Amino acid sequence: MAISTIWVFAQEANGAPTSGTLELLTKARSLGGSVAAVVGGDASAIAGALGEYGATTVYATGDLAGALPGVAVASAMKALIDGGASPDLIMFPQNYEGRDVMARLSVKLDRTVLTNSIDISVDGDTVSATTPVFGGNTLVTATFTGAGPHLVAFRPKSFAAESTGGGAPEVVAAPVPDLGSTAGAAVTAVHVEESTGPKLDEADIVVAGGRGLGEAEKFAMVDELASVLKGAAGASRAIVDAGWVPYSMQVGQTGKVVKPNVYIAAGISGATQHMVGMKGSKNIIAINKDAEAPIFGVADLGIVGDVHKVLPKLIEALQARG
Amino acid sequence: MKVIVCVKQIPDPATPGELDPATNQLKREGKLILDESDSYGVEMALQLVDAAGGGEVAIVSMAPNDEMSGMRTALAMGAAQGVLVSDPALAGSDALTTAKVLAAAVQRLGGADLVLAGTESSDGYTGTVPEQMAEILGLPSVTFAKSVAVDGGSLKVNRQTEAGYDDVTCPLPALVSVTAGVVEPRYPSFKGIMAAKSKPVETVTAADLGVTPAGWAGAGQTISEVAQAPAREAGTVIEDDGEAFGKIVEYLEGLKVI
Ligand SMILES: Cc1cc2nc3c(=O)[nH]c(=O)nc-3n(C[C@H](O)[C@H](O)[C@H](O)COP(=O)(O)OP(=O)(O)OC[C@H]3O[C@@H](n4cnc5c(N)ncnc54)[C@H](O)[C@@H]3O)c2cc1C
Ligand SMILES: Nc1ncnc2c1ncn2[C@@H]1O[C@H](COP(=O)(O)O)[C@@H](O)[C@H]1O
Repeated sequence: MAISTIWVFAQEANGAPTSGTLELLTKARSLGGSVAAVVGGDASAIAGALGEYGATTVYATGDLAGALPGVAVASAMKALIDGGASPDLIMFPQNYEGRDVMARLSVKLDRTVLTNSIDISVDGDTVSATTPVFGGNTLVTATFTGAGPHLVAFRPKSFAAESTGGGAPEVVAAPVPDLGSTAGAAVTAVHVEESTGPKLDEADIVVAGGRGLGEAEKFAMVDELASVLKGAAGASRAIVDAGWVPYSMQVGQTGKVVKPNVYIAAGISGATQHMVGMKGSKNIIAINKDAEAPIFGVADLGIVGDVHKVLPKLIEALQARG
Repeated sequence: MKVIVCVKQIPDPATPGELDPATNQLKREGKLILDESDSYGVEMALQLVDAAGGGEVAIVSMAPNDEMSGMRTALAMGAAQGVLVSDPALAGSDALTTAKVLAAAVQRLGGADLVLAGTESSDGYTGTVPEQMAEILGLPSVTFAKSVAVDGGSLKVNRQTEAGYDDVTCPLPALVSVTAGVVEPRYPSFKGIMAAKSKPVETVTAADLGVTPAGWAGAGQTISEVAQAPAREAGTVIEDDGEAFGKIVEYLEGLKVI
């Protein structure tokens, strides 16, 4: 018996499915069987788009009324399964909500989870997922040994999203059951950090700064270079933790995965946790004063130099071109 | 107020990781240290108990070979006692088994008003253990907290999101996972280090906690292949002579992005 039903935990941002959702639907389709999307919330705005990318059924919990999705969506999924739905595989994005829903569900179903995956293969009954370790230098593939549903979380940009032009899916209500003692965590206000220019994980050019900038004020150079190149500014975790820039700018294992045409790393050492988030960039330029910095191992063009000298001249030269 | 913190003990991240060729698992031998990801939880717990005007911070950990160096660091920071689950049968445990074990250790300590964990460990980074524990313990939870305050019987949390952060409230008892950098972990004082040596740590096995299955047999997954990722071709590295910016301009021109 091969895989017959796959669920994808689907997410919405600004009235459209997230790019991660479309990537997972595309991959799910290619594994055979029927594909359903599970939405925590009201699916009316995105059901059509989910259908275009291959979902034939959309389960929607309806408005979560401020509840965090983790326990709510996992409980709704469990109720569907208890009611007779039988997914063989459930795919999650490796992000906040994906991780939380998957973790809650793994306990409810008593199933193990595979996380940080970048690929999946299905061979008859055997489901295996691949995850990069040691900064992406080594790929480890793990195979489920127990019964399904198998739970797997994938890093963003693991697959390319492609529309099938599929029709409108059937939308099925999947109400959240009584959460008992696990209920109660509720969002009371939402704060969105302002950002200008292209989004970090979608930009064609990313300029990222690290601790080598020396002080918070010097991040302005990174911002400026990003803006002359019409790209997005990113950061290493060192300077996010230090409070120089918001977390939404972090690139890496715990931040965003970026695969731009050009990635410029300024004053970033190239720790493995940073590299897993940017190694897939087409062209990498690194500026670091230490010739031994690991970032040079992945750079197409490496400049051994001081960011305080190189960046201002570079910005000036680019501005002069108009 | 009683707070229990999960503290993972890991090989020093400064030494490069290695897979054991026999099991394809990450090698976790020798002296372990307190995972930096969990030093934030310990500090947060100490501050919350202080702010509440009293109580206790306890710690739980699962580690091989009765290893407790990392736990001693947390005790030296100010935690009062701990439970260490150490059992050869647990080698190769998956995140779910780890969560079952840690949840049982929390219960062994009589439960808590608040359980704290890191959002993800430095060497495992599944990021699922805390939320799995919350489910096992039947608790509400808030993950990715960047600030936590207790207000009577409930928590006020700023929860990191992709786009910014949310204000979240949550009744106690609850489980919260905290992000790196939420608080500045204190350095243990000399007095703290001396005091830590005599603080009680109970060492138990999975069977003592009534948790099965564990380790390889219970993991539900097996490593089927380990491969090297295709390496990137080495690029050009040049020393800045004051004009290297020009090379970047040329390179960008070559790519037709400017
Ligand atoms: C669980 C976990 C998850 C993590 N997740 C992430 C993640 O998502 N993203 C991430 O980035 N990190 C992550 N990290 C942290 C990571 O291990 C590194 O600590 C971090 O990436 C280092 O940032 P950095 O390169 O800015 O700083 P450093 O490593 O301190 O490097 C600074 C570099 O700047 C250079 N430099 C100094 N002065 C100059 C100058 N004047 N001109 C030019 N170069 C200069 C130095 O030579 C050095 O190479 C994670 C760590 C853990 C444990
Ligand atoms: N073996 C362990 N002992 C104690 N705490 C752990 C252990 N494994 C995971 N944790 C806790 O769970 C968090 C997330 O870990 P992980 O799911 O491995 O990314 C860690 O930051 C710890 O707080």
